[in-house]
Amino acid sequence: MSPIHYVTLSVFLFVIGAVGVLIRRNAIIMFMCIELMLNACNLAFVAFASMHGNLNGQVIAFFVMVVAAAEVVVGLAILMAIFRARRSASVDDANLLKY
Amino acid sequence: MTDHLLATAGTNADSIAQEFIFWVLAALSGCAAVGMILVRRAVHCAMLLGVVMLSLAAFYAMQGAPFLAFVQIIVYTGAVLMLFLFVLMLVGINSADSIVENIKGQWFWTVVGAVGFLLLLLFGIGHAAIGPAAAQTDALNGSGNLPGLAQLIFTTYVFPFEVTSALLITSALGAMVLAHRERISPKPSQRELAAKRLERGHMAPEPSPGVYALHDSADRPALLPDGTTSPESVSTALAQRSVDLEGPPVVGGLQAIEAAQAGVLNKEVEQ
Repeated sequence: MSPIHYVTLSVFLFVIGAVGVLIRRNAIIMFMCIELMLNACNLAFVAFASMHGNLNGQVIAFFVMVVAAAEVVVGLAILMAIFRARRSASVDDANLLKY
Repeated sequence: MTDHLLATAGTNADSIAQEFIFWVLAALSGCAAVGMILVRRAVHCAMLLGVVMLSLAAFYAMQGAPFLAFVQIIVYTGAVLMLFLFVLMLVGINSADSIVENIKGQWFWTVVGAVGFLLLLLFGIGHAAIGPAAAQTDALNGSGNLPGLAQLIFTTYVFPFEVTSALLITSALGAMVLAHRERISPKPSQRELAAKRLERGHMAPEPSPGVYALHDSADRPALLPDGTTSPESVSTALAQRSVDLEGPPVVGGLQAIEAAQAGVLNKEVEQ
């Protein structure tokens, strides 16, 4: 398979993840869609690495995974703190700064 | 000559198999990703995300990145997804999302923006010169994928690698700080707990569920010696899920047991 197929698939996955972040309300589901976008980026990185025939893209994908893991830990801790205070994981309910 | 023919035949079969696996997994992961934004329950969303992640692991393996494929399975599917499920369990597994539009035209403009973004990216990669996979990838990735990655990480990318450790420590500290809850009241001592129990007038522990009842499942209240059921023997978490606290007709059950015993006795007498 040529890398163009993988890059196209990663584009589709990224756009689906972006749509999910825009239309879902549950903060956890939005978070999962962000993970989907990060995974799509990784797929593109690996495809480009195989296109260029070196391992730099794979190293970058590895770093993206590390950063995503750290991000998930802090993000889910924030979600838990919000849920504890407001008893809801919906982003519509967090409106203290509105108006 | 024969060797050459065999080699080409082998690569052809490999590429056909790869193509087949690619299209199947691409359709699977695409459908799972679309399902992620359509399903209402967060748990189903997490499961579909797992499907996407596992398909991506297969893609990495097919593109000569076995290390990343395993890291994808172990770190993403194993750790990150389990963390998601853990938080879902804490938040409440039934937390369904509301589909009601709060912002006017949100769906419409989202779809418009998504289609525009998709076209932009597709035209972008259409104009970019994305060639076929380089030939030396196999040489680099055959058995030397892990040593090659290690060499890159510990030479060229050693500074980002060290910064990564700082990032991980910071995120661990951040999670600890965010999860920490200040105790507003002092911790009750054992003496205070004992005094409270004496005040309540109920020294023994709470009855456990299912005692003397017909079913011993945890959602069945205990049967007290006077024949009534004890609602406090059932966990409040189960009671919140509107479990029928009355339980089965326990008295009838006891009578049935007695009748059965009497029947057994009668049979023995007849024999």
